[in-house]
Amino acid sequence: MEFKDYYKILGVNESAGQDEIKRAYRKLARRYHPDVSKEPDAEQRFKEVGEAYEALKDPEKRAAYDRLKQGGYRGGEPFTAPPDWDEAGFSFHGGGFTDAGEFSDFFESLFGRSGPERGFRGYRFQEPAYDQRARVSIDLEDAFHGTTRTFQLPDNTGSAVRTVKVNIPKGITAGQQIRLAGQGGGSGKNRGDLYLEVEFRPHRLYHPEGRDIFLDLPITPWEAALGETVKVPTLGGHVELRIPPGSQSGRKLRLKGRGLPGSPPGDQYVVLKIVTPRAETPEAEEIYRRMAETMAWNPRHEMEA
Amino acid sequence: MAVERKPLTGQVVDEVPVTLAELCSRCGVTAELVWEMVDEGVIEPMESADREWRFSGPCVWRVHTVVRLTRDLRVNLPGAALAVELIEERDTLRTRLRRNTLSR
Repeated sequence: MEFKDYYKILGVNESAGQDEIKRAYRKLARRYHPDVSKEPDAEQRFKEVGEAYEALKDPEKRAAYDRLKQGGYRGGEPFTAPPDWDEAGFSFHGGGFTDAGEFSDFFESLFGRSGPERGFRGYRFQEPAYDQRARVSIDLEDAFHGTTRTFQLPDNTGSAVRTVKVNIPKGITAGQQIRLAGQGGGSGKNRGDLYLEVEFRPHRLYHPEGRDIFLDLPITPWEAALGETVKVPTLGGHVELRIPPGSQSGRKLRLKGRGLPGSPPGDQYVVLKIVTPRAETPEAEEIYRRMAETMAWNPRHEMEA
Repeated sequence: MAVERKPLTGQVVDEVPVTLAELCSRCGVTAELVWEMVDEGVIEPMESADREWRFSGPCVWRVHTVVRLTRDLRVNLPGAALAVELIEERDTLRTRLRRNTLSR
């Protein structure tokens, strides 16, 4: 078990007043609330902050903790509660993020277990069932074809991991949740549900928005001006796309039904991006000069007074 | 560790509409609180033929979030409703921003 530096977790001095501790806690709770924060370790941080506050907000517990800390412990160091320590002297009920389950072993060794059943040392009651949430990253290809993936999930105390093998249904989109009934926290048959929130790893080519897929397609100025049929990648394989003559950069062409599957399936939007070749040879330079003379076109005419 | 089990098949939350009773049991809330949230405009029941309230999947997420925000951050219902709307807007903008910055 590690010693936890609750002051450091809240970012306050050991001499901080109760008001300052409360303010620090509230600010961090807002910042790391798992519904607000997108940081991957938000839930863990939120729990830590809640636990630190639980220990420091009560002057009695804080004084006891301070005495220990003055014994020279630092955060992260191995720790065992002194033999004369009497956790039964403390009582409290839950607090903070109840979905998150228990506090750390360190906290419990000092102040006992939370909840109404506490107080009987050495006897563990059946854990209450609660819902668990986790964020899982998958590739767009997984969502397109559907697949089976294995995830490591930290258990509610963050001290162990368990492995869950899950079918990823075809057509799932970022932000959607997969509910696995009876796979959440608790023990034995008394378990809550597990919610897996899906997010996509960034893709080299595609940018998803819901079921729609956006793809930037580089084209040459002559393909844009004269029109051309080109090969375009989609999640389901290459397709031929006709670029209409007179296209400009930023033009969006829709490939109906080529996005993520579903009812209705998403579309793929191809965003044209004109790329101009460098005038690297005298011939290329000559062509650009001839264009300048022949076309005599000023794209900035609207800017002129 | 025995890992090679049959893979679990879940239910994609926001694809299946839920009844009022399901919404309550899944989010651990009372029907009164759901009614208050409908009143506040946090969630909206879907049109249904049989006059029974049904809610779309995103409503489940919203109720969950409102419950947690009110409990953990001590905001009231209108405050949590505002936060939920802003979180959703932020997420949409973030997706769009990522698309635009990656394509430059």
